[in-house]
Amino acid sequence: MWIRGYKLPAMSSLLVWGLLWEVVGQLGMTFFIPPLSDVFVTLFEIIGTPAFLKALSETAQAFCAGVFFSVAIGIPVGILMGRSRLLDELLLPWVNIFVSAPLTALVPVLMVLFGFGMKSIIITTTLFGIWIIILNTRAGVRQINRSLVEMATSFGASPMDAFLKVYFWAALPEILGGVRIGVIRAVKGVIIGQLLISIVGFGALFELYASNFLMSHFWAVLIVLFTLAFSISEFLGYLEKKVAYYAASR
Amino acid sequence: MDMSQTNSDFAGVQQPEQDIAVSVRGVSKNYGAVEALKDMSLEFPRGQLTSLLGPSGCGKTTLLKIIGGLLKPDSGEIVVNGKPVVGPGPNRAFVFQDFALLPWANVLRNVAFGLELRGVAKSEREDKAAKYIKDVGLAGFEQAYPHELSGGMRQRVGLARALSVDSKVLLLDEPFSAVDEQTRRKFQEDLLSLVANENKTFIFVTHSIEEAVYVSDQIAILLPRPSRVSEIIRPSSFRLKGAENIRRDPEYLDIVDEIWASLRNYVE
Repeated sequence: MWIRGYKLPAMSSLLVWGLLWEVVGQLGMTFFIPPLSDVFVTLFEIIGTPAFLKALSETAQAFCAGVFFSVAIGIPVGILMGRSRLLDELLLPWVNIFVSAPLTALVPVLMVLFGFGMKSIIITTTLFGIWIIILNTRAGVRQINRSLVEMATSFGASPMDAFLKVYFWAALPEILGGVRIGVIRAVKGVIIGQLLISIVGFGALFELYASNFLMSHFWAVLIVLFTLAFSISEFLGYLEKKVAYYAASR
Repeated sequence: MDMSQTNSDFAGVQQPEQDIAVSVRGVSKNYGAVEALKDMSLEFPRGQLTSLLGPSGCGKTTLLKIIGGLLKPDSGEIVVNGKPVVGPGPNRAFVFQDFALLPWANVLRNVAFGLELRGVAKSEREDKAAKYIKDVGLAGFEQAYPHELSGGMRQRVGLARALSVDSKVLLLDEPFSAVDEQTRRKFQEDLLSLVANENKTFIFVTHSIEEAVYVSDQIAILLPRPSRVSEIIRPSSFRLKGAENIRRDPEYLDIVDEIWASLRNYVE
């Protein structure tokens, strides 16, 4: 946005909302909203504590493992579905069901199947992230220029070469778009997993602070989480822009 | 390109008995209920350029893709240098209408890509690619990306890629239809000297009558419904008179008129 010829930096509107939050907090309208300045003070108090660091590392581990499986399984499955009519017919209904299903309802079933530990949390995270990655990759592969496929075939590409050297790169703009949305959903997955399956990581902190009415602690952790998720999403968005130059010319 | 060189070489290949590089024998191909090709037979002399010319829907691109091994015929066979075609193979290289370049790879990698897929070592394939990039007139653009090049330059990359795998048969699918008129004329002249100097067999699909008559040693006129070879024309005299004189040669003009007369009924 421009004001009197001066360009405001991105997200300057956050300042306005932050100010509003501070005012509401200072007025003491509800215990639920402490002043933003208190939240930041609490944030800097807890950010170095062992409890916080432990929660951060537990959450990060589950999240990274979940995202890893979403990407490592999702992209190849998406490419195969985009290239093979048979696999597409077999898998697409399931992918469509799961991408829109309320996955939280499945978590109790996962607990029964895989126990109350890290394994279930990672599977939950994966289940939140993977479907949109599959769908986007599939869409990316399906719109690859037919002559690019014929070119690879005519120069004798093995299926593996075609997969690694042509299809993956040609679908990369869509794949990155899918990974970006998948990662955001995986953040949801890991927190829901930590709240429902076993009370560890950030989930445990939320549980602890909310049940003890430590609202500035609660908000502080939430701000950390939002910032992390937003940064990852922005980084992937940046990668997406880097390959966008060929998205239009495939 | 040196045109007098071209002429003397063309004089050399004007022999009565032709050696056949590619034969199409009784090839049929259906798409569902649509007959794309019906019992088509055609021969392509070695070292020469044969055009497949016809109105849209006559199956010329289908035939080219069957020769390239990209499509399987329903019946009949293709024989290239005595060997039946079962799929794509190193004895044929394709040039695509829309260039089919990798947009994420630079010119050098694109030109070397055919060799890369054939497992040639990196330094060797890049040396070879660099030579053909120079041959097609793109020296200095090795590190450029396709989106930074004009349409004509992109097709030169596609051509260099097909040349660098050193196949004996080159299949060109309307290669100049996506470039502008002036670039196309330059391409046509360059193609004449390529045919003269490279000792390869060229099979060239086009919908432009003038282009076909200008570049071809032999023109196969294909007609639709049912698809068939209606006529084979071999221009005789104007090849020897130099590229700049072809377009006003009486025989050139007559052949163009004659082809238009036989095709005009099939154009909606």
